[in-house]
Amino acid sequence: MGRYVIRRLLQMIPVFIGSTFLIFLMVYALGDPVAAMFGERAPDPATAAQIRHDLYLDQPLWKQYPHYMGQIFQGNFGIAFNGRPVTELMAAAFPVTLRLTLIAVVIEMVVGIALGVFSGLRRGRSIDTTVLVLTLIVVSVPTFVSGYLLQFVFGVKLEWAAPTVAFETPLNEMLLPGLVLALVSLAYVTRLTRTSIAENARADYIRTAVAKGLPRRRVITRHLLRNSLIPVVTFIGTDIGALMGGAIVTERIFNIHGVGFQLYQGILRQNSPTVVGFVTILVLVFLIANLLVDLLYAVLDPRIRYA
Amino acid sequence: MPTAARVQRAVCLAGALALAATACGGGRGATGGSAVVSASWGDPQNPLEPANTNEVQGGKVLEMLLRGLKRYNPRTGAAENVLAEKIVTTDARHYTVRLRPGWTFSNGEPVTAKSFVDAWNYGALLTNKQKNAPFFQYIDGFEKVHPDKGAPTAKTLSGLSVKDDRTFTVTLNQKFSTWPDTLGYAAFMPLPQSFFRDHAGWLAQPVGNGPYRVDSYDKGTVLRMRKWTRYPGSDPARNGGIDLRVYTDTDTAYTDLQAGNLDVVDDIPASQLKNVRTDLGKRYINQPAGIIQTLAFPMYDPRWGRPGMEKVRRGLSMAIDREQITREIFQHTRTPATDWTSPVLGEKGGHKPGLCGEACVFAPAKARQLIKEGGGIPGGRLTIAYNADTGSHKDWVDAVCNSINNTLGNDRACVGNPVGTFADFRNKISARQMTGPFRSGWQMDYPLIQNFLQPLYYTNASSNDGKFSDPGFDALVNQANAAPDTRQAVALFQDAERILARKMPSIPLWYQNGSGGYTERVRNVTLNPFSVPVYNEITVG
Repeated sequence: MGRYVIRRLLQMIPVFIGSTFLIFLMVYALGDPVAAMFGERAPDPATAAQIRHDLYLDQPLWKQYPHYMGQIFQGNFGIAFNGRPVTELMAAAFPVTLRLTLIAVVIEMVVGIALGVFSGLRRGRSIDTTVLVLTLIVVSVPTFVSGYLLQFVFGVKLEWAAPTVAFETPLNEMLLPGLVLALVSLAYVTRLTRTSIAENARADYIRTAVAKGLPRRRVITRHLLRNSLIPVVTFIGTDIGALMGGAIVTERIFNIHGVGFQLYQGILRQNSPTVVGFVTILVLVFLIANLLVDLLYAVLDPRIRYA
Repeated sequence: MPTAARVQRAVCLAGALALAATACGGGRGATGGSAVVSASWGDPQNPLEPANTNEVQGGKVLEMLLRGLKRYNPRTGAAENVLAEKIVTTDARHYTVRLRPGWTFSNGEPVTAKSFVDAWNYGALLTNKQKNAPFFQYIDGFEKVHPDKGAPTAKTLSGLSVKDDRTFTVTLNQKFSTWPDTLGYAAFMPLPQSFFRDHAGWLAQPVGNGPYRVDSYDKGTVLRMRKWTRYPGSDPARNGGIDLRVYTDTDTAYTDLQAGNLDVVDDIPASQLKNVRTDLGKRYINQPAGIIQTLAFPMYDPRWGRPGMEKVRRGLSMAIDREQITREIFQHTRTPATDWTSPVLGEKGGHKPGLCGEACVFAPAKARQLIKEGGGIPGGRLTIAYNADTGSHKDWVDAVCNSINNTLGNDRACVGNPVGTFADFRNKISARQMTGPFRSGWQMDYPLIQNFLQPLYYTNASSNDGKFSDPGFDALVNQANAAPDTRQAVALFQDAERILARKMPSIPLWYQNGSGGYTERVRNVTLNPFSVPVYNEITVG
């Protein structure tokens, strides 16, 4: 187990370097960001040159990348164009998005798995069909539609929830955006769980468990559910990474100043230090979430062993 | 901090049940002169230094925080003395500035001649990387502190000199009779010594001499401005303060306004323009701002710039149905343009409707004829370049092309040419890579006709993106700058503008309005000519 973890951690190094290099390349391939800082006005050449020099932009790309990575390993993610250190932006944004993600993941796990088990055990009945149709609808509605719709209905019309989240991001105001963020994944979790449960319900070991005379509750939780959760855990694991970076739409709708907002603004203003810095952290989140998922397999299915 | 805020809110709720009106949530619910108004904001793109603020979000803060020698009247746009007692000159080159007594910064430091001179020297010095540095280019010695290449050879502008606490002199490197009227621009604001001593500290909590002081600044989320009670000026705050709240999206701000969580928005999202009149009624603001949108031609490209092509350029201008586009696409938030300035200048300031003449009026038959006489569209096909990332330009570019195609009876005569990012768009323009007309917008720095003409069409001027050059135009601009009084200067500038009407180096499309809205809780919300709300005049209740 320990050796496996170490091997996986070592494998992360090339993945990390490769992906950050690609991001770096893509952000800088967008062109010279200094031109956009002066609005519609043509930049003053001397000032623009001075800014380029201070941002290390007057160097060729093959020199910029090692320079940037060298700084990152010293904990220096550079200065965003509005004069704030990127680490300061991260310290403000990541906790907010993490809270939002956790809320979303809890919602999709609790509701999604419950619905999945429920409909999987009643395969083919009307309740199962209803759940399938509902999840299909949810999957096909884009987040910005469901977001604005729920915001308008619950926030403006019914006034059950605040339409936007206050800057302190209190938990009760985060529930609605958390639900919006969770919706699509929730539908996937439901469908994955349902299929998995329906298949495993006819497996030999379930028949054995029932034949042994175990109570139905124990058969479902200990034998059926545990074995059916592997694809679901895989999905949720990768989803955590996706939710952390992909909350751009939800965060904009509900005025949450998290990672999505910073990334969106960074891309819009071609603020390369912000974009590369945030994506680098997101890459790390993805890698670690994936590792945890792989380790969870062994917990869920004793047949899986890591040497 | 979050816990404390929650507790405060809970206590406030209880209080609100007991008493009808309380000062909870930072003044919400309260009325009168002490109530706080919340307004939408965007994260400023640059640090909040006056000489580094070239966009409207940072400009909102500076408008509340600082007062300079002059200020542009929020209604008329006229430059009026604020800290300046008088600015005198005999030759339009050597100016003596005399300050009014009794002004201080909110930290008690008096505003002296040094406060101005130090701030201007800071703004001009190359190594401080101030984006508005070119505003000091007319002052003597600018090329030493801000050389085109290499390091600066001087730290201060030789044209500035402090005579006593209330007097300083300015020497310009050319005649510029309307120069004092440019001094209302943010770059020319005074700064206290703490700005230079503790720069980071000043940026964390800026100190100024305006009607508001900064109470607290949570960067990226909210800036709380409060009334400065000892403000000596004639335009004190009529409310208790302004909370500028950063919104991720204008749609979100609009939703918050509808829900009553936000008092003032100053940008109505395009998607809501159809509903805004029914949603807000009289609380919807739609008034001219100092912004004009044009289509510039690459005059450096001989296919567009050669003699005789002015017929095609004028013809294209006449092929655009501005009325229909401003009505259908912009819901009357733009006004068809008939000159190259802006209505906010007023007739006295040089705005002259109809100066463009028949060339800015939709006339399909004449358009077809002119384009044919000029030899047709180069290559038979026209592309209009725009940046696709911000501002939803696609809609109107497609509409303009549609109008041209309909006029010419050719579905393929004109197409939009989107460029992915604004930076890339600007880079292509700077590198002279445009092969057809491109979107060009101009937001004025100060309400002077000079600002709409010289930077854009004077030979090799800083924002002359199409590289238009005409000796007659340049000569008239020079004469206008040296003219002894404003009336004559304006007349000469308009003569120069008539050359644009003949040569059509850029097609005036429409004047852009500022838009905004507010809730029933507040009154007296207006926008100044820069489309920034006049915060100090907003009243509550």
